[in-house]
Amino acid sequence: MLKQKIILIGNGMAGVRTLEEIIKKDPNKFEITVFGEEPHPNYNRILLSSVLQGDASIDSIVLNSYEWYEENQIELFTGDTVVKVDTKSQTVISQNGISRHYDQLIFATGSNPFMLPLPGADKEGVIAFRNIKDCETMIDTAKNYKKAAVIGGGLLGLEAARGLLNLDMEVEVIHIADYLMERQLDDQAGRMLKEELEEQGMKFRLNAHTERLTGKKRVDGVLFKDGSKLDADLVVMAVGIKPNVALAKEAGLETNRAIVVNDYMQTSVQNVYAVGECAEHSGIVYGLVAPLYEQGKALAEHICANDTLIEPGYQGSIVYTQLKVSGVDVFSAGRFQDGEKTKSIRVHDEFEGIFKKVVVEDNKVIGAVLFGDTSDSPRLLTMMRNGQDISKMSKVAILPSENESDEKESVVVAMADSETICGCNGVSKGDIVKAINEQGLTTVDQVKACTNASRSCGGCKPLVAELLSVTTGEEASSQKEPICGCSDLSHEEVAAEIRDKGLNYVREVMNVLGWTTENGCSKCRPAVNYYLGLNNPIEYEDDSTSKFVNERLHANIQNDGTFSVVPRMYGGVTNSEQLRKIADVADKYQVPLLKVTGGQRIDLLGIAKEDLPKVWTDLGMRSGYAYGKSIRTVKTCVGENFCRFGTQDSIGLGIQIEKKYEGLSTPHKVKMAVSACPRNCAESGIKDIGIVGVEGAWEIYVGGNGGVDLRSAELFAKVHTDQEVLDTISSFLQFYREDARYLERTSHWVERVGLDHIKKALENEEKRAQLIERVELALTKQQDPWSDVLESKDKQESLYEKKEVEVTN
Amino acid sequence: MTQVLNEQHIYVAQLRELSVGIGKKLTIAGLELALFRQDNDEVLAVENRCPHKGGVLSDGIVSGEHVFCPMHDWKIDLRKGEAVAPDVGCVKTYDVSIIDDGVYLLMD
Ligand SMILES: Cc1cc2nc3c(=O)[nH]c(=O)nc-3n(C[C@H](O)[C@H](O)[C@H](O)COP(=O)(O)OP(=O)(O)OC[C@H]3O[C@@H](n4cnc5c(N)ncnc54)[C@H](O)[C@@H]3O)c2cc1C
Ligand code: SF4
Ligand code: FES
Repeated sequence: MLKQKIILIGNGMAGVRTLEEIIKKDPNKFEITVFGEEPHPNYNRILLSSVLQGDASIDSIVLNSYEWYEENQIELFTGDTVVKVDTKSQTVISQNGISRHYDQLIFATGSNPFMLPLPGADKEGVIAFRNIKDCETMIDTAKNYKKAAVIGGGLLGLEAARGLLNLDMEVEVIHIADYLMERQLDDQAGRMLKEELEEQGMKFRLNAHTERLTGKKRVDGVLFKDGSKLDADLVVMAVGIKPNVALAKEAGLETNRAIVVNDYMQTSVQNVYAVGECAEHSGIVYGLVAPLYEQGKALAEHICANDTLIEPGYQGSIVYTQLKVSGVDVFSAGRFQDGEKTKSIRVHDEFEGIFKKVVVEDNKVIGAVLFGDTSDSPRLLTMMRNGQDISKMSKVAILPSENESDEKESVVVAMADSETICGCNGVSKGDIVKAINEQGLTTVDQVKACTNASRSCGGCKPLVAELLSVTTGEEASSQKEPICGCSDLSHEEVAAEIRDKGLNYVREVMNVLGWTTENGCSKCRPAVNYYLGLNNPIEYEDDSTSKFVNERLHANIQNDGTFSVVPRMYGGVTNSEQLRKIADVADKYQVPLLKVTGGQRIDLLGIAKEDLPKVWTDLGMRSGYAYGKSIRTVKTCVGENFCRFGTQDSIGLGIQIEKKYEGLSTPHKVKMAVSACPRNCAESGIKDIGIVGVEGAWEIYVGGNGGVDLRSAELFAKVHTDQEVLDTISSFLQFYREDARYLERTSHWVERVGLDHIKKALENEEKRAQLIERVELALTKQQDPWSDVLESKDKQESLYEKKEVEVTN
Repeated sequence: MTQVLNEQHIYVAQLRELSVGIGKKLTIAGLELALFRQDNDEVLAVENRCPHKGGVLSDGIVSGEHVFCPMHDWKIDLRKGEAVAPDVGCVKTYDVSIIDDGVYLLMD
């Protein structure tokens, strides 16, 4: 029998997903042809935000490579738009003149971005955020221009704005409503979101009405109705989308806002279907992947069943969204605005920046907004999907993360097998557990390949990782990431090979372990150098050519190529003699800026590289290590000797700690603090290791970070003596040095491996003693790098000297 | 010091003053250049300003005939003077000859 012929118009997410479902059901039944307007194979549009934010490359977001089309014998035309459909003769014709006959035709043409019809909207530098090309335009523009305006404070606009910030542009978001994401959030959560994003450096103009875009050929600004103006070299419009239905209309399909379809995705014309953003079902056009995939599945079922109507078909979807901006957790689903018949459960913790609202109607959850902590989202979605009666449930059963008892169970354990983990791809907990057990999966990537879970927006990745570790009983081993493009080996593997094979030189590592590049790169060389030093702290000769300039020169490079110098001041304590010396040096070298750092030290900024050795000689102080992947400063509060609240000698302990660990190299920088009471004036709660004095004891917190990924530290131990504090720090630090990947901050490491993993490892007395011994060994090798350089003419010449050549004729 | 060999070849340094894997900053006639000595004692010379935002290339991590800019990690091909894709842009390169362990720059 001749194969039936399917033609797909639109090589996007919904259309190709439909094909995948069809092939899964019946690999040989159809002969398939795909036309796509874009010059790429099928890619994950959702992850364009990640590409823009620098977390993914364009190559890595391809969903199905050209080989996939080949393997499945799909005829593919990319960069070729379908321009005509004749439903009588059942043929389509493309721009390049290709003509094909179909038995079944699928429209999956998606949408076009909606461009506000403002005067000036056609100028160069005004774009949308929809496809790879837009993404590339933004990346290119950021190289030459500084100022960007994003029109639209919804999901897409905010993700674009975050990306532009990462590209080093100044960004102002222009929004017409009086709070952000008004379609997904209520005003409370919208305002919290704004505050959070402002802290990340985003600027906002709310209630703003745009009048026109100014500029000659290229845009140079935005003019508002109230007469105010904003300079902008790039304007990104992210105000909405318009279903792409022109072709369908022309072909005589019934359209409303989009192509009208029934529960089987059938259009008004026989043998013609529509899925995705170009389809309208029961009056609704969906703009998110999860519902589109459900449509794709329903359509595949229908096509494979030879047109018999299998009940129930597609029944509409519950929509939910999650903002993909790191450091901000927002989730919203269903109907979350209060109505006459609704009641809601609210949790609002202004200290923690957490807001939760669950909207209930007729004893059923119909909508929810979560801000700051979204761990309850899978559970809420399941309740919404099942229409569960909650009249007899407690608040903790509805929002399990509000369970304040210590034994917080992992959310995935409490989930039923039928509950959905990956909403985009409709994968349940049971599916994943089954795949893990039956196929012996051990990494998130394998789960992704086998089950499709977390293949789209990636929001469920943490849940998948957790489920993996709960199911296999192994510690959360997320997927293997190679150390860099020069090798397939992961950080852990490289470190292990160095240990097992007793390797001693960076070059040797690259040769023995089969590096694909001859000399490595700026990612692997510093890492390998670190692992070598870790393995053999006494004999290993540090390779300065494998170090980032700051560490190679023991000073911080500034954006104009000059350096900054931070002398050591233990515990942040100084005296008049040191201050006088610093002042003299500042005069002598005409230091343009003196600044007190966040770590309580004095920074001399704007020193020429060749002057560094002279400055150090004149200062006669030790290096403050403000530049290294190493122990930085120990910040202290004033403590018991002066403060009315202090219960302990925070300064004394801080100095003791700083002296002990000074100069120790670590996977990333390590900041510490000691406060003498819970008022925490030294900010111990956001340090890698933070110590807080309480009556008769010290509490030790770990894994905090005050940087890009703000994270509060977690209580690790409570001890009574200074010696116990030092022992705890020693064992924690050494375990971090050995267990973390190079360039992984304690906060990321603690999150990746879990605090329990660390606690468990350090519970073992013998292991603890060994860790302490190893850190002591490493500490014996510490030398002050400044005096080291001052003693070596060679180092001064090769590293700091600049050559000057005069030319005369 | 006057450092002229002939009209175009200008003596700038002794080879031993440069080390493999570490760039050397050089100012000459108002220009700032970066010199990179290779494993085979060849020397590559480029303008000392990254095409991205003017980073000082002589302070970057050197990998054979490439340097990684210390500012934002662009990778620059020292022989061609071009930024390696996906980045675009280029720096000026200069010809260098080594004569009796002396490093000479060819200037136009
Ligand atoms: C930056 C960004 C971030 C997003 N983030 C999320 C998110 O986090 N979660 C979420 O659920 N959704 C998100 N979305 C939305 C999601 O990507 C879309 O809903 C989804 O891609 C729509 O799928 P589709 O197949 O209907 O359309 P598309 O994926 O747009 O595919 C349609 C394709 O058809 C092609 N085409 C159109 N006309 C023709 C023609 N005549 N001939 C040939 N080809 C044609 C188009 O070029 C296009 O490639 C995001 C979208 C963007 C742009
Ligand atoms: S943390 Fe407590 S003891 Fe230390 S300065 Fe602040 S209030 Fe005083
Ligand atoms: S200045 Fe060189 S990479 Fe930015």
